[in-house]
Amino acid sequence: MSHRIVGKKELGPDVFWARIEAPWIAKARQPGQFVILSISNDYSERIPLTIAGADPSDDTIELIWQRVGKTTAELADLAEGDEIANISGPLGTPTHIANFAAVVCVGGGIGAAPLLPIATALKDAGNRVVSILGFRSKDRLILEEDFARISDELIVTTDDGSYARKALVTEPLAEVCGRDPKPGHAFIIGPTIMMKFCCDVTRKFDVPTQVSLNTIMIDGTGMCGGCRVEVDGKPKFVCVDGPEFDGHRVNFDLMIKRMNAYKPQERQAHEQYEQHQCKIGLDE
Amino acid sequence: MTHEERQELLESLLAKQGTGTLKPKDRFGIPPQDMPEQDASARRRNVREVALGYTETQARLEAMRCLQCKTAPCVQGCPVRIRIPDFVTAIAQGEYGKALDIIKENSLLSAVCGRVCPQEVQCQETCTVGLKFKDVSKAVSIGRLERFVADLDRNGAATPAVAPATSKKVAVVGSGPGGIVAAADTRRAGHDVTVFEAFHKPGGVMVYGIPEFRLPKAIVHNEIETLKNMGVRIVTNFIVGRTRTIEQLMTEDGFDAVYIGVGAGLPSFMGIEGESLVGVYSANEYLTRANLMRAYDFGSGADTPIAVSRRVAVVGGGNVAMDAARTAVRLGAEKVYLIYRRTEKEMPARVEEVHHAKQEGVEFHLLQSPIRIVGDENSRATAIECLRYELGEPDDSGRRRPVAIAGSEFRIDVDTVIIAIGNQANPLIRQTTPNLEFNRWGNIVVDESCRTSMPGVYAGGDIVLGAATVILAMGQGRIAAAAINSDLADKPQ
Repeated sequence: MSHRIVGKKELGPDVFWARIEAPWIAKARQPGQFVILSISNDYSERIPLTIAGADPSDDTIELIWQRVGKTTAELADLAEGDEIANISGPLGTPTHIANFAAVVCVGGGIGAAPLLPIATALKDAGNRVVSILGFRSKDRLILEEDFARISDELIVTTDDGSYARKALVTEPLAEVCGRDPKPGHAFIIGPTIMMKFCCDVTRKFDVPTQVSLNTIMIDGTGMCGGCRVEVDGKPKFVCVDGPEFDGHRVNFDLMIKRMNAYKPQERQAHEQYEQHQCKIGLDE
Repeated sequence: MTHEERQELLESLLAKQGTGTLKPKDRFGIPPQDMPEQDASARRRNVREVALGYTETQARLEAMRCLQCKTAPCVQGCPVRIRIPDFVTAIAQGEYGKALDIIKENSLLSAVCGRVCPQEVQCQETCTVGLKFKDVSKAVSIGRLERFVADLDRNGAATPAVAPATSKKVAVVGSGPGGIVAAADTRRAGHDVTVFEAFHKPGGVMVYGIPEFRLPKAIVHNEIETLKNMGVRIVTNFIVGRTRTIEQLMTEDGFDAVYIGVGAGLPSFMGIEGESLVGVYSANEYLTRANLMRAYDFGSGADTPIAVSRRVAVVGGGNVAMDAARTAVRLGAEKVYLIYRRTEKEMPARVEEVHHAKQEGVEFHLLQSPIRIVGDENSRATAIECLRYELGEPDDSGRRRPVAIAGSEFRIDVDTVIIAIGNQANPLIRQTTPNLEFNRWGNIVVDESCRTSMPGVYAGGDIVLGAATVILAMGQGRIAAAAINSDLADKPQ
């Protein structure tokens, strides 16, 4: 069964949103879960993307992604009405939602997308939600209104100061953790390096912290083990043991290196793809 | 032997048989027929099948070696009890269609089993001819004969007949060998059958695990097409447990029976330092990248990369370890080492696979076991550190236990390490099916008919047996299907 794209837009430079038909996944998915998709055929790359939202009434899920490699570029070049060959899911263990009294949710870049359903569920569970969203610059800002709606307090930062507060997310995170009473739990999703530094902050304030990891995967059901990360020095599989882990126990440095394992090949595939697209443009 | 010599020998044997003067001595005198193979140096550079299959003359000569023992010890050695002497006789007489019909009474995937069954520890182990020569490699090559007739049939495979619709629905979870057999057998009984597969392509271990050079994908594809032609629905990208639970399939989607054949799943690691370094793979991952995703075509039609390795260490001594080592050879590695902590005699891999791996230049490091994997400042694997072992007293499995030799540490420089030491049970079904009973290793508990603790739910293959083989999974698929068919016949509409 292929999956039709029923809505698509560009949220900012290289950041895209799409609503896609996936009836079973729309019904089953819970906050924190992800899908694995491959675009055209049996030998297309399989990539994991966290589900940003779903509407079971019209059988669709929402994905938000950044154009960084061949597959995400190919996905970005699809239009409304186009189809994606394979989407499987929902995968991963759903987020443990509970009432922690007060929580802080930190989203970096497109990490804000998978964070939104989690923050929403935390709000619904009765938490006081403080959200911190960080972006490189104003044009990359996403989901500000959505977070404003479900948060008791929203802090937005940009790296370059082109919008809201000029800071990295770790700065307001330290402030929020330093309040009395401090948050009962922190939920952090974003680039691996950001999650690492955020965990350094919450560790200092002794705030239990959940991170959501997005490693390289193939099957997503525990069969290959390519997604493994070191948690407390032991290998854990992001696809079945995660994708969420206690951020204070994750070996982020090793994870970053594992995620770069195929950089040269990925760059080569991406360049080939973009060059090919340019040539198609010239022919027209 | 040249083709002409074989032809001549066959004719003289058939003439003797015609006059009733063919003696067992004549049969013992027929040289065992070697399997034609791609040359080792050529096949190091391609992924095409290594074993090329018997010629007709070879097949008939090999079949003539069979003594037609009344007791048929070979049948006792076969997990699905194929009537071996009968199909072998049919081949000797040149009646290949009849031979295949006999095999198909008990086995559905003959082209697969003829290739990947460990015949030397099953039907061929008990063969009288092998016993006579005190050498199992001189037994009648039953597997090669099975493959011979199965391959002749490949283009004209008839679709098995299906009984009138029963209006009962059967779900088969997993499209590996057990699932295919369970689906075919329940469909033959007239049930409405749906196979759910987590990957984007059906076939299970036969498409992601076993390499093309041992089991061409086209063969698996044919088997799946046969299922479809029978009216079995195949749903890919559907993860039972996540997309829908077993409970939902039964209570909301109207399935009357569910067969769980999800395979083993979770690869084991050794628990040594350095196993998460870049360049360290589970065999499952390495083989999936290479087989299912065709990483060897990266950049020209396939998008999944794999390590560009110069020196590879494979840890383990089973068929999967051999598959991984031989795949690494084909992906261009200069050196491939196979590290195993016992001796070749204790290796669980098939003799044929060990032989092929050696022919292709895989270097065996026996009585050695890794203690850590060493990495550089970028966390890339650079070496594997091992200890030497010697064999001590026999352990529970009856194999002599390897004992480490103190102070014998040494290093092998490698850039890739592939861990092939087996799998643990995948926890997905357990996590999402609270009413199902599992044993302490996480395998599903079943009775002799493959019924689980949940009414209407059956299971077989690796998720029940732990690590098993294609034929054992098939056998259980067949047992479960018989139980499903009988239980559904008793179940009111």
